[in-house]
Amino acid sequence: MDAAANSQSLLRFITCGSVDDGKSTLLGRLLYDAGMVPDDQLAALARDSRKLHAEAGDALDFALLTDGLDAEREQGITIDVAYRYFHTARRSFIVADCPGHEQYTRNMATGASNAELAVVLVDARKGLLPQTRRHTYICSLLGIRQVVLAVNKMDLVGCDETVYREISEAYLQLAQTLGIAKVDCLPVIAPGGDNVGTPSARLPWYQGPTLLDLLEAADAAPAQAADFRMPVQWVNRPDHTFRGYAGTICGGRVRKGDEVVVQPGVTRARIARIVTADGDLDSAGEGQAVTLCLDRELDASRGDVIADALRPAPVADQFACHLVWLGDNALLPNRTYALKIGTRTVNARVMAIKHKVDVNTQAKLAARHLALNEVGYCTVGLDEAIAFEPYATNRTLGGFILIDRQTNATVACGMLDFALKRAANVHWQHVDVDKAVRGGSMGQRPLCLWFTGLSGAGKSTIANLVEKRLHAQGHHTYLLDGDNVRHGINKDLGFTPEDRVENIRRIGEVAHLMVDAGLIVLVSAISPYRSERRSVRELFDAGEFVEVFVDTPLAECEQRDPKGLYRKARAGEIRNFTGIDAPYEVPEAPEVHLHTAGLRAEQLAEQLVAQLVERLAMPAHDDGYAI
Amino acid sequence: MNARLAPRTDHLDELEAESIHIFREVAASFRRPVMLYSIGKDSSVLLHLLRKAFYPAKPPLPLLHVDTTWKFREMIAFRDQVAAQGDVEVLVHVNPDGVRQGISPLVHGATVHTDVMKTQALKQALDQYKFDAAIGGARRDEEKSRAKERVFSFRNAQHRWDPKHQRPEFWHTYNTQIRQGESVRVFPLSNWTEMDVWQYIRREGIPVVPLYFAKPRPVVARDGALIMVDDERFTLREGERIETRMVRFRTLGCYPLTGAVESTAATLDEIIQEMADSRSSERQGRVIDQDPSASMERKKQEGYF
Repeated sequence: MDAAANSQSLLRFITCGSVDDGKSTLLGRLLYDAGMVPDDQLAALARDSRKLHAEAGDALDFALLTDGLDAEREQGITIDVAYRYFHTARRSFIVADCPGHEQYTRNMATGASNAELAVVLVDARKGLLPQTRRHTYICSLLGIRQVVLAVNKMDLVGCDETVYREISEAYLQLAQTLGIAKVDCLPVIAPGGDNVGTPSARLPWYQGPTLLDLLEAADAAPAQAADFRMPVQWVNRPDHTFRGYAGTICGGRVRKGDEVVVQPGVTRARIARIVTADGDLDSAGEGQAVTLCLDRELDASRGDVIADALRPAPVADQFACHLVWLGDNALLPNRTYALKIGTRTVNARVMAIKHKVDVNTQAKLAARHLALNEVGYCTVGLDEAIAFEPYATNRTLGGFILIDRQTNATVACGMLDFALKRAANVHWQHVDVDKAVRGGSMGQRPLCLWFTGLSGAGKSTIANLVEKRLHAQGHHTYLLDGDNVRHGINKDLGFTPEDRVENIRRIGEVAHLMVDAGLIVLVSAISPYRSERRSVRELFDAGEFVEVFVDTPLAECEQRDPKGLYRKARAGEIRNFTGIDAPYEVPEAPEVHLHTAGLRAEQLAEQLVAQLVERLAMPAHDDGYAI
Repeated sequence: MNARLAPRTDHLDELEAESIHIFREVAASFRRPVMLYSIGKDSSVLLHLLRKAFYPAKPPLPLLHVDTTWKFREMIAFRDQVAAQGDVEVLVHVNPDGVRQGISPLVHGATVHTDVMKTQALKQALDQYKFDAAIGGARRDEEKSRAKERVFSFRNAQHRWDPKHQRPEFWHTYNTQIRQGESVRVFPLSNWTEMDVWQYIRREGIPVVPLYFAKPRPVVARDGALIMVDDERFTLREGERIETRMVRFRTLGCYPLTGAVESTAATLDEIIQEMADSRSSERQGRVIDQDPSASMERKKQEGYF
């Protein structure tokens, strides 16, 4: 298969424009002119057109061909990306019809991610709007390098060439500043099909190609890296005689006998076979789904990248990148999200938002968080290193999504820019005296007891009693109290969601160090978010982290109000108070659930220590903990 | 208007690779995936791609046929042939409640029959086998609301689809994360058109049910459609009579609900040419779709595939 010829045949493009630019009409008309509207649909269209526009006589409303969902019809706008398919004798097309409405930026980014070209619509009466700039910026951000500017509704400005010239010149300037390499402009009248599929008699001063001509002639396939890359998707191991790595090649070409490296590691091998169901190939290129067999056994698995050994991909765990935020809840720096890039999924957190980008003006703004439809330039850190490419050279190895670990929603798409040098310079120092040895010399199993619950629930009181009991039993302990920590290491943090996330992250890291030192650490902190409690849990080895939910009803806490904080919060003197005007996310599966109602703190402490007996016991035959 | 010509076919390689990628992503990401097998042409293409995606291994997931008991006899025979090849497991599920109630499209109508024997039956089977990913052959070009469907389409624990809260999809990087009880429907043929499907069937030599090819068949004209009399359960209404006409089917489903088209296209080449000249859309033959506008969206929200 010749990849170049192949990519000429299919063009993926998007259409974008502001509300009322006539985008749905243009696309409907394009389908009609390409001969893609069958008789029964045409009859339905005529019927619907008459019903909706009794005043317009028999004129067809081509927008009805492409406006799909009930909800959209009610609102009269397109709210989601819709994909359309059509072909001419020369080429097949996939169109992502992208909504123009302000609040649905995320859908445009979705459509642009797989597109090679964008058709940007402008209403001749209105000229360039803030949205035009926004759409072009998002196209550019997602890697689109060619645009067709369609100046629509020319009939409503008297088919005046000057209007068209002014708009197209302004747009060419805009596109240039945004890094769009190629722009074609043309005037159209969508309902009449002028310059859509056929040249227009009403616009005789325009002698250039029609929209269909331009689409048929457009270059396909974005420029991708020439070096061979294939993310391993699935390991094919039907029996002991065959082991192949299945995946889709996302860059370059590979030939039988080529030397490759399995990244992020450094293990090398040669390509023994390129297997497909249609027979083995001598070579394969970008876009092909193949199964590679290597000349020796090695431990490659899903998420690894098989790359050209002479020109491997860079490997790093910290990056600068652009993020388009898609979640209903804002991005919180330092919260852990799942990051999926190629076929690899790792834990990631946004370390810093360098700046937010105003999508209308591209101005750089300071930001502490990113809200829905906002774009930011950020640094991200991963919990393990990955092989990657800058997005500009490889969309597969440079583009990623962030997934909220609580809701599983896709909350961002990101485009990697470059690796931070720091990642390569900070190494783990190997130490011979480790946690097991330290714990063993204290005669105990290191542990973290994490008390979570509302303010005034009794966390600190119970933790204090538990520590006294453990200490009396000869254990080495430390009580890390959330309030006390805020006087020292977390002095700089307040109670906004961003600061609460960072507060818990630091307490978790400190607790982790203490467990590593061999101690039994008791942490008492409201820790209101599931997501952060989960991130802390993941710092520890299995069985080391014990989540203790001190479950006292809000009414009871408020009635106790030992520090008078609830009264102040109710009076509006304190903001962001958990349980009042900030959420507390109840643990779903805590190791210990203490229902405090009707029990004294001593009884609860007793109950907890009783539940810990097994965890505290030194394993009988575990070399790891032997002295 | 431009003449309707069949497109070039190089792009089939690209579509094939994209579909294989999707199959592999499902196998690698879900605990218990299944492929819904409806025996039609799209299912034939899916099965072919399924085999290709995992070659030389056997497909690592079973097929599930939701049998309404009203499928064409030739479809069932074709399904049994596929099962007899032995490389894939074929599960068959019939809604036992529907059988007990004697649900029939001829008595209870298309809507009730489809709901009980297809939608409810599918949910039963997915729950019974605890499938967490169900691969289907739906294409975005089939119908307006399908045009907005994701490749990996999230369903809650009640199998419901919420068109307003779909996960955005970027590149070919699919979010496959779900919680216990939730599931996804996956559509590897999302970007294929009906024309692509036929051209691929021809190129790859994929077997399909003979009902797609024109031949003289016994039909009755009813409610504007030509219904084939496939077994003795079909009863004639007053004034109706069975005629033998040269017909074929563009889509296959329950025989009393599937309209035939008059055609002489008896080979793949003739079908493709006929389609290039065609003036009507594929789903026109389906009685269930002729409910009020946007009915497909409503059915999908309720769990229809």
